[in-house]
Amino acid sequence: MSTETKEKYEKYYVPEQSPWPIVGAIGLFLLAFGGGNFIQQTTGKYGNEGSWGWLIFLVGLSIILYMMWSWWRDTVRESMGGLYSSQMDRSFRQGMLWFITSEVMFFAAFFGGLFYARTMVMPWLGGEGNNAMTHALLWPEFIPSWPMVETPAGDTTTAMGAFGLPAINTAILLTSSWTLTIAHHALIKGNRNTLINYTVITALLGVIFLCLQAYEYYEAYHHMGLTLGSGIYGSTFFMLTGFHGLHVTIGTIFLIVLSIRCASGHFKPENHFAFEAGAWYWHFVDVVWLFLFIFVYIL
Amino acid sequence: MADHHPTGIKRWLFTTNHKDIGSMYLWFSFIMFFIGGAMAMVIRAELYQPGLQFVEPNFFNQMTTMHGLIMVFGAVMPSMVGLANWLIPMQIGAPDMALPRMNNWSFWILPFAFTLLLSSLFMEGGAPNFGWTFYAPLSTTYGPPSTDFFILGVHMMGISSIMGAINVIVTVFNMRAPGMTLMKMPLFVWTWVITAFLLIMVMPVLAGAVTMMLTDRHFGTSFFDAAGGGDPVMFQHIFWFFGHPEVYIMILPAFGVASEIIPAFARKKLFGYASMVYATASIALLSFIVWAHHMFTVGMPLAGELFFMIATMLIAVPTGVKVFNWVATMWKGSMTFETPMLFAIAFVILFTIGGFSGVMLAMAPVDFQYHDTYFVVAHFHYVLFPGAIFGTTAAVYYWLPKWTGKMYNEKMGKIHFWWSMIAVNLTFFPMHFSGLAGMPRRIPDYNMMFADFNQLASIGAFALGLSQLFFLFIVIKTIRSGKKSEDKPWDGATGLEWDKLPCPAPYHTFDTPPKVD
Repeated sequence: MSTETKEKYEKYYVPEQSPWPIVGAIGLFLLAFGGGNFIQQTTGKYGNEGSWGWLIFLVGLSIILYMMWSWWRDTVRESMGGLYSSQMDRSFRQGMLWFITSEVMFFAAFFGGLFYARTMVMPWLGGEGNNAMTHALLWPEFIPSWPMVETPAGDTTTAMGAFGLPAINTAILLTSSWTLTIAHHALIKGNRNTLINYTVITALLGVIFLCLQAYEYYEAYHHMGLTLGSGIYGSTFFMLTGFHGLHVTIGTIFLIVLSIRCASGHFKPENHFAFEAGAWYWHFVDVVWLFLFIFVYIL
Repeated sequence: MADHHPTGIKRWLFTTNHKDIGSMYLWFSFIMFFIGGAMAMVIRAELYQPGLQFVEPNFFNQMTTMHGLIMVFGAVMPSMVGLANWLIPMQIGAPDMALPRMNNWSFWILPFAFTLLLSSLFMEGGAPNFGWTFYAPLSTTYGPPSTDFFILGVHMMGISSIMGAINVIVTVFNMRAPGMTLMKMPLFVWTWVITAFLLIMVMPVLAGAVTMMLTDRHFGTSFFDAAGGGDPVMFQHIFWFFGHPEVYIMILPAFGVASEIIPAFARKKLFGYASMVYATASIALLSFIVWAHHMFTVGMPLAGELFFMIATMLIAVPTGVKVFNWVATMWKGSMTFETPMLFAIAFVILFTIGGFSGVMLAMAPVDFQYHDTYFVVAHFHYVLFPGAIFGTTAAVYYWLPKWTGKMYNEKMGKIHFWWSMIAVNLTFFPMHFSGLAGMPRRIPDYNMMFADFNQLASIGAFALGLSQLFFLFIVIKTIRSGKKSEDKPWDGATGLEWDKLPCPAPYHTFDTPPKVD
């Protein structure tokens, strides 16, 4: 067309048809349908009898994992094949940053719940504001304090201390951010051995963190009487640290894949979006942990 | 330019083309619009006269709940994403959306999510019956078993919306043709990029809310249970932190549509382009600090009531700027009144009525009277039906020639307009009165004194439902046997999609970026 510009532009790669999105949608559906039934069948709350929910859930999960593997395999091949322009690279970067923003907001919902429960609900249950009658009539025994080791209904639990295992975990995650930065600098300088070693070390630190957290959960459930059902303290504690742990798991898998790709020489000093995306994700997980350490454990 | 496109079912299942995906979004939302509309008909049939006529109260509650959920998440939001998919790449001179495969995933999640949601109607205990706002403890302690599938369906819709929003925002920031600076972008693009920002910020919060519901229901957490130190009101805070930006998510793209169509048919440049952009951004930012105006009556501290009241009323300022600018654009313009323009003008007038009732509701002391009455129903239907849906309808008439290469029948379009215009007011205007007189929302039966207004509303609703079937007929007729459209059917239209592309737009457009002066 006559309207086209004269200058030469890098062509933006619009991929040909791909089966993975629809496969992913089917996988998500089975995951949700199976998962919902699995939950109901496990808790037995609604007389949803049978025990097939987990099977559909697993099928859905396998489809999702297969989809992710194949989709990323295609992307890696296209990237290695030189189909991607620098503009494309910017799309990926911006996409990743907005994705992390959405993750931040997911955690914000749970942090918001924690803050609201502590600063508003707890004093109200204790009779503050115009809630004297709520307190007097429903739960006159309730003494507001945080960590809420005794709920208004009278369930008791133990608070998780900050300066044992959680402090060690904080040190591990902070160290892992540092080792990952060393790896990144090595990648930019073209120092492959350092890159591979430090990426592997970072992934290992992630694994250690997860093991320690699993141990912490074991202690909480079996020796401290701190469970998901321990009132709002247990709810916020496990949901926040649990979703964080899930993200550490995803980040660790990400790092393991990156280690393999580093070893296969996929990344170049000027072109390594996947590595940076993994690094951003890992730093995000790290920052969330710092907030957790302060607001869930210390304060 | 190659106009080759794949054929058969694979074209739609595996596509990476923004136009195909846009069409699928639009058709999907159209189908959902009729499913949600059918539920509205059940509601209005039951409310035609006092007493219980057709349905059980529990089923009535399921209808109001599903009607709201389907219209919000299935009809309005996907229709806006469909418009975004079709228009944004053409309007900024991009070859496609920035992340085409993810784009297809965003779409295809939706049919599955709504299959899950709709299947709840056939589950034991029936569909969710706690209203589209799913307040705890109605949705936690007392929710039917299908609530779990509703929760997981919402998770899927959220994933879809977030990915769609990321795609829009990245497309706009990274794919503009050289010379298409931010302040040259068509307003539709601007309103959508701001909408996308809102989506990314609040859909994850909704995901958090439903996740807490799920764990409260099954895993013993006490987020929304006061006995465990939580609070049902906390649910409302989290929900409305999502919910209020959500209502702007539904209306901002319609603002953009009106800002495209009114200048085209007034044959004048949009009045106050920059102020339109800033006003939209202000509305979006303010939307984060007004959420508790939905819950003035829950017993908030006075400081909270005051803060949320004042912040809410502040929104009237940028909204007023926008309405003023639309009117000023028409001032002394060489106006003609083709169907898209009629819908756009009706949008401005009727949305403003909805905005005014919004200001009334924003006043905490009087909201104690209006809260949970039909006045609220009238208010949000005025901003949603003649707001968001008239906006989409105007867009469909305006861009249909660009999409299909065919021109709709103007006479039929005008009939559709007047039919909807009269019906929409007949349906929703009487609700102001029944609401002010104290009729509560979400009930299947009511006092005799509300009978007249309810009969009017029901008659209006049936007419409105029929008018939308007529719309479907017009669209299908246009596609099948419409007159061939000129490349530029609207002489006042501006923008890359009109200036540089033929009608219909080829399958691939702007493989090489156009020059923007």
